[in-house]
Amino acid sequence: MAQTAAQATFYKQLGRMYGTYTGTFLAFIILLAILEYMGVPNRVIGYLFVFFTIAVYAIIGVMTRTAEVSEYYVAGRRVPAFYNGMATGADWMSAASFVGMAGTLFLLGYDGLAWVLGWTGGYVLVSVLIGPYLRKFGAYTVPDFMSFRFGGNFARFLAVIVLVACSFTYVTAQIFGTGIIASRFLGIQFEVAVFVGLVGILLCSMLGGMRAVTWTQIAQYIVLIVAYLIPIVWLSARKYGVPLPQLTYGTALAEIAAREQQMVKDGLAVLCTAASCPAGSLKPHISPFLTYAPHNFFGIIACMMVGTASLPHILMRYFTTPTVREARQSVAWSLFFIFLLYFSAPAYAAFSKLEVYTNIIGRPVGEIRPWMFTWGELGLIQVCGKNAASLAAVVDACKAVANHPGVVRLQDFVINTDVIVLSTPEIAGLPYVISGLVAAGGLAAALSTADGLLLAIANALSHDVYYKMLQPMKTNNRNITIGIIGAVILFVLWYFMTGAGPLGVQWRWWGIGAFIAIFAVAYPFLQKANDTERRLIIARILLLLVAIASAATASTRPGDILAMVGWAFSLAMAGNFPALVLGIWWKRATTAGAIAGIIAGFGLCIFYLVTTRYFPQAGVDYFGMTSMKNAVTGANLVDITKPIAATPAQRVGWFDLSNINCGLLGAPLGFLVMIVVSLMTPAPSKELQALVDEVRKPRGKTIMEEKTS
Amino acid sequence: MAPADSKANQEAHWAATTRLMWTHLALWLFFGYIVHFFVKQLNAITIPVLQFPLGFYMAAQGSLIAFVVMLFFFAKQQDKIDRDHGYAED
Repeated sequence: MAQTAAQATFYKQLGRMYGTYTGTFLAFIILLAILEYMGVPNRVIGYLFVFFTIAVYAIIGVMTRTAEVSEYYVAGRRVPAFYNGMATGADWMSAASFVGMAGTLFLLGYDGLAWVLGWTGGYVLVSVLIGPYLRKFGAYTVPDFMSFRFGGNFARFLAVIVLVACSFTYVTAQIFGTGIIASRFLGIQFEVAVFVGLVGILLCSMLGGMRAVTWTQIAQYIVLIVAYLIPIVWLSARKYGVPLPQLTYGTALAEIAAREQQMVKDGLAVLCTAASCPAGSLKPHISPFLTYAPHNFFGIIACMMVGTASLPHILMRYFTTPTVREARQSVAWSLFFIFLLYFSAPAYAAFSKLEVYTNIIGRPVGEIRPWMFTWGELGLIQVCGKNAASLAAVVDACKAVANHPGVVRLQDFVINTDVIVLSTPEIAGLPYVISGLVAAGGLAAALSTADGLLLAIANALSHDVYYKMLQPMKTNNRNITIGIIGAVILFVLWYFMTGAGPLGVQWRWWGIGAFIAIFAVAYPFLQKANDTERRLIIARILLLLVAIASAATASTRPGDILAMVGWAFSLAMAGNFPALVLGIWWKRATTAGAIAGIIAGFGLCIFYLVTTRYFPQAGVDYFGMTSMKNAVTGANLVDITKPIAATPAQRVGWFDLSNINCGLLGAPLGFLVMIVVSLMTPAPSKELQALVDEVRKPRGKTIMEEKTS
Repeated sequence: MAPADSKANQEAHWAATTRLMWTHLALWLFFGYIVHFFVKQLNAITIPVLQFPLGFYMAAQGSLIAFVVMLFFFAKQQDKIDRDHGYAED
């Protein structure tokens, strides 16, 4: 590729900058290790870690502030493939990937790998089917493309709804994650920690939009990958003499398998078999389909993969590369950087499992290893049904169990999935500085994902709803519409935010107060701003509002929303995938077809989710749903002739299909409806078809530029 | 020398692109799903020295490596198609 001299200098500068940054970060870790050695207390080390890293992100965020629209929305389309790959990696890997994934693999063994596969393979679809074409199109947002291809604002509006539906729960979970990590490591109160996290997020994104988020995400990727790999590399080197945990954990797997047999033989565990598989029974680590039946296992893989290729906050990362070619290379780099973490997660799981199986299970209750008590106090590890807060607590709890043999059995031991990554440094006997590093890594993962998601939502609202839909309206209509939207927001704040907030004032008044204050501050600026300035001010106000809304939601610890994060993938798959793919690959796809397809697919997916989660009885009575089955024994989970209450765990459905896989219902229906309706309506105009041809050729200007110039 | 931008060239470019798309989707289907259908049989095989059961290994690492390699290849191959038809960026 013919690089211009300016570009070459820019790339070189980037390399030098991030190289220095990484070096400084490593030096900082060593410095803290020395401080720890000199007797500085753990808490101070934890604080230093978190505040130093957040300060760095904030500095980058402030330095990259911008007053240009294309910088704000797509980082000026100057981000090289390699760096965009890193940014996407940070964007992609959430608090759940960093903290939770290894724990899931620990609990589920082979079945957990559905998530590893599902959250990586989707990038093949991004690159082959969608991403580079959207880059050539030159959109600022995914709804932008929908509106262009499917003529007008109705398609745009539907795309905004899909985007908000799949991004909002997701971002709330990230902010929740920052709160958990900060409160656990810094001892700040959870609700306060949520808002500290919020400030961190806003400092990174508000002034510079996509440009600032890109350059901070790269910094965050470096922190999170270093933090994820150091403990496990260290552990592997100590245990097996080879610092490559991804290769050495094969030995651990073999040891686990041998130990599992021994445990069953010694009566320390009950084996899960097709005849009976009670809770707490042993599911051999490498044996498949003991938690998910095969159709749900492959369903998760499919929904996560196709969902990846439909999630707006991921697709929009590829709008920032200089060329279509680099967009493709950038997808490859993204997956490479994501792969570094995901192929290490099973190693965490295996090493932890071996530790638990050899050093906890089978030990006399009185000789339990002390590293557990830190987590037991927080309620994250339980032995014999009680929090393992101290030796005495464990001994007492087990005495209370009838016929307890006095040694810890598998069914006595319950561990929260978050503990696996967080406790590995302690298990490995590493200094506290590494625990602090892991906390900083977890925060980086949560903050970076939250940044990307917030920006996706706020950009859709500011660019699509405000700039493309409201701005062109007549002044009078616009004022009325804005008035209605404002009233709805105030009502939602007043109606839903019922909890008691700080200073004895209810959250609803904090929310309404903040809303009014933001507008009071912004109003004079908006009055004297020119068009570009006004656009960016509004983008920032919306970003702030969405951020506050999700932090407020997160601070109420909404169990439901956190469980719904996995739903985002299926919703994106059902709502976006058919329209995106057919919009690019099938010129005959029409506006009516796309609209009908989105409504049908997305609608069916939502319907299945809501019915199975909240109205199982109605599902059985009116929609022919039947009981879900145990994956191993095939037994029904409920008796559908009796009344069924709604529970977080899904108990009824169609074809024993887990509701997280509702994309498997929605996307095929979306394709079908879109194709049938398209064929029934007249073909798109010659001009539009010609523009689709242009989208398919990398050479030439982006379509948006051509249309506006 | 790349051919001029004619209707025929455009169609040939798109036909080649579509072919490449199907090739990669087939590989994706194989590494994403089909290998894992046989996990039980593959788990009977143990990778020498490293001691991984093969079925587990494919889901934990093998397929992932395949995806990464595929994506770098795809970027190269698609770029070649674009160049051959004169539609690559300068």
